[in-house]
Amino acid sequence: MSDLLIRGGRVIDPSRATDGVADVYVKDGKIEAVGRNIPAQPGASIIDAAGKVVAPGLVDLHVHLREPGFEHAETIATGAMSAAAGGFTAICAMPNTDPVTDSQATVGFVVRQAIRAAKARVYPIGAVSIGQNGEQLTEFGEMVQAGAVAVSDDGRPVATSHLMRTALEYAKTFGIPVADHCEDMSLAKGGAMHEGIISARLGLKGIPSAAEEIMVARDIILAELTGGHVHLCHMSTKGSVALIRWAKERGLRVTAEATPHHFTLTHERCEGYDTNAKMNPPLREAADREAIRQGLKDGTIDCIASDHAPHHYDTKEREFDDAPNGIVGLETALGLGLRELVEPGLLSLPDLLARMSTVPARIFKLPGGTLMVGAPADVVVFDPAERWTVRREDLHSRSTNSPFLGETLSGRVQLTLVGGRVAYDRSNRQIL
Amino acid sequence: MTEPTLGKDLLGLEGLTKAQVELILDTAEPFKEVSERAIKKVPALRGKTIVNLFFEASTRTRISFEFAEKRLSADTVNVAASGSSVSKGETLVDTARNLEAMRIDMVVIRHGSSGAAKFLADRIRSNVINAGDGTHEHPTQGLLDLLTLRDRFGKIEGLKVAICGDVLHSRVARSNIWGLLKLGAEVAVCGPATLIPPQVVELGVQIIPRIEDAIAWADALNILRLQLERMQAGFIPSLREYNRVFGVTRERLARAPKELAILHPGPMNRGVEIDSDVADGPHSVILPQVTNGVAVRMAVLYLLAGGGPDWRSGGGGDDR
Ligand SMILES: [Zn+2]
Repeated sequence: MSDLLIRGGRVIDPSRATDGVADVYVKDGKIEAVGRNIPAQPGASIIDAAGKVVAPGLVDLHVHLREPGFEHAETIATGAMSAAAGGFTAICAMPNTDPVTDSQATVGFVVRQAIRAAKARVYPIGAVSIGQNGEQLTEFGEMVQAGAVAVSDDGRPVATSHLMRTALEYAKTFGIPVADHCEDMSLAKGGAMHEGIISARLGLKGIPSAAEEIMVARDIILAELTGGHVHLCHMSTKGSVALIRWAKERGLRVTAEATPHHFTLTHERCEGYDTNAKMNPPLREAADREAIRQGLKDGTIDCIASDHAPHHYDTKEREFDDAPNGIVGLETALGLGLRELVEPGLLSLPDLLARMSTVPARIFKLPGGTLMVGAPADVVVFDPAERWTVRREDLHSRSTNSPFLGETLSGRVQLTLVGGRVAYDRSNRQIL
Repeated sequence: MTEPTLGKDLLGLEGLTKAQVELILDTAEPFKEVSERAIKKVPALRGKTIVNLFFEASTRTRISFEFAEKRLSADTVNVAASGSSVSKGETLVDTARNLEAMRIDMVVIRHGSSGAAKFLADRIRSNVINAGDGTHEHPTQGLLDLLTLRDRFGKIEGLKVAICGDVLHSRVARSNIWGLLKLGAEVAVCGPATLIPPQVVELGVQIIPRIEDAIAWADALNILRLQLERMQAGFIPSLREYNRVFGVTRERLARAPKELAILHPGPMNRGVEIDSDVADGPHSVILPQVTNGVAVRMAVLYLLAGGGPDWRSGGGGDDR
C-alpha cells in the first residue's frame, strides 16, 4: 500500500474540533500527519482536495444488509460498496437476516464476508433473543468476542419489559448497548403508515405516534432501573424527542438516532400509495420532522443513521398494505444531511459530520470517526457544493427502493478510504 | 366553457370536481328509464370489452355492474380472483399486465387493499373503475347515494346527512363524505369513538357522538354496515350493546323532529345497526338505492368510454 497525501482540502475533524485547510498524510493504513504543507514521500500518491472537504469516514449504526437469506435484495459486499459510495467507512449490520445473527457462528459469518468484500467496515449487531423470538437471551459474550458491537432485535422491538431489563443488565458486562426498535406491536398492528389525516383519507391503517413513544418511555425507565445503555433506533416523533430530552436531563445512559428520511419527509409522501414512502417507523407529521431536526441540533438526538433497508423491486411493486417497510439510504444520507440540515443553517457542516461519524463511533465504541494521528485512515473526501441527481442506475446497492430517486442532493462523495485503502473513488471507478 | 369529462379512470370521489360529480348524476338520470323498458338495452357500449375483476366477494356490487354493462351492450367477463391482498397466486402487477395484453377496454376492480384500483390504473391503458378498494373509497356507491338523495330531496346543497357506524373502516363513508361535501351538503359522522377517525373534522365533517343527536340533526341517515369482525378486533364490546346504543330503531326515529330518509349500502345486519321496521319502513330509500346503482354505473361506464350526451341516438364512444 503506497502512502497517500490528500492535499489542500478543508479538513474537518469533529473529534478534535478542528476545521481548516490542511493536508492529510496516510501511511500504512493510518493517519500519519495532519497539517500544512506536508511533503510527499517518494512514491506517495497525491490527491488534490482543493475545494473539497476531508473528514473522518461516516459511521452508520443501523443498516440491513440482507445476507444471509435475502441476497436478491442486498449482500454484505454490495451493501459495503454502497456504503463506501455514500462516504461511509463503517456500518453496523442489523441481525434480522435468515438465519438470524444470534450466535458466535453467525456473527463470524458477517465478519468474514465483510473482510472478503473489503469495502466499508461492517460490524455485526447480534440479536438480543435467539431467533429474535423475544424469549431467550443470546450469548452476548461469545458474540462480542466474535465481533458484535451491540445487540438488537431490530425489525421488531425487544418484546417484553422483562427481556429488555435482562438484556440491559447482561449487556453491561460486555460494555455494549442494547439498540431498540421502539414499537408497541399491539398499537401498531396492521398499520401501514402514520395515523393522521392522510391515513384517514387514504383508508390505510395508521400507526399512532404513541406506539413508538410508549416503548421509548419503557426503555428509558428500564435504563434507569438497570444502569444499562439503551440506544433508541430511528426516532420519529415529537413525543419521543421530548422523552429523550427528559432522560438525558436525568443523566441516564440513553442515546438516540434519527434517519435522513424522518428529518426530510412527512406522511404526505404516502399520497398516491407510493410504496417507497412506506417505512417503519412511518413518516410522520411536519411537527415531528421539526422536532427531529431540533433534536439533532441540540444533541437530544445523538446521531444520524440510515436504516438502509434494501428490498427487491418486485416486493415493493405491489399493494401498499402488502409492501415491505423501508428504503435504501446509504448513498443519499450525506446529501440529505447537507441539503436539509446544513444548507438551511440548522447544523454547521462540522456538526453534521459529528452526528454522522464521531458521535456514532463513540456510541458503539468503534474505531474511526477521527483523523487523529495514529488512527486508522478511514477518510471521506467530498465536494459539499456539488449538486447531483439521484438516479437508479448510479446506485451501488443491489436495490433501488428510494423515495429520493430523481431528486437533487447536495454534496457528492469523491473518495472514500478505509484503513488507507481506496474503497470508492468516483474519479476513476475502474481501479476499484 | 368546455363540458366536464371524467378522464381515464374513476378511482374515487375525492379527486372529482363538483361539475364532474354532477355530470355523472345528470348522465345517470336518463339511464334510469332504460331499466324500466321491456327491452332493457341500448347500444352505447357495443363492441367494448369489460372485465369485472373481483378480489373480494361482493354479490350486490358485481351484479349491479354486470347489469349496467349488459344494458349498455358491452361484452363482459367476470373474474373472481380468490384470496384477498396477500395473494397466493398471481400478483396484482402480473394481473394488470395480462389484462393489458388482452386489449380489454375497461376494468372494474374490487380489492381488499386501499390503493389497489390506483395501482392498476397507473399500470394499464384501459379505463379502471374502482368498485371498492380496501377501506379507501367506493365511488359508485357514493354516487348512487347522492342520486338517491337528490331524487328524494330535489337537491343536495344544504342537506344535512349523518353517516352512522363504522366510519373508520368504511370506503362507503369516505366516498359519501367527498361527494356530499362537493355538492354542498352538511356532513356529520356518528358512531362509537373507536370507529370514528377524529381527523374527519379536518375535512369539514362534524362528529356527533350520540345517535339520538344525529337523528335530531339530520335530514338523512346513511347507516353503515357493521362488520362482525369489529367485535373480535375489540372495537366494540358486543353487537347487542351496539344496537342498544347506536342502532337506528323505530323508537329513536319516532322522536325525530322531521321525517328522515334512511339509506343503507347493504348488506344489512338487521337488528344490529338498523332495525327491520326501519329498513322496511316508509322512509327507507334502500331499494331505490339499488335501482339507482345500475343507472349510476351505466353513466360512469358510458362517460369513461368517451360517451357524449347523445347515447339515445346510438352513438357513444367510438361509434361516432
Ligand atoms: Zn427498526
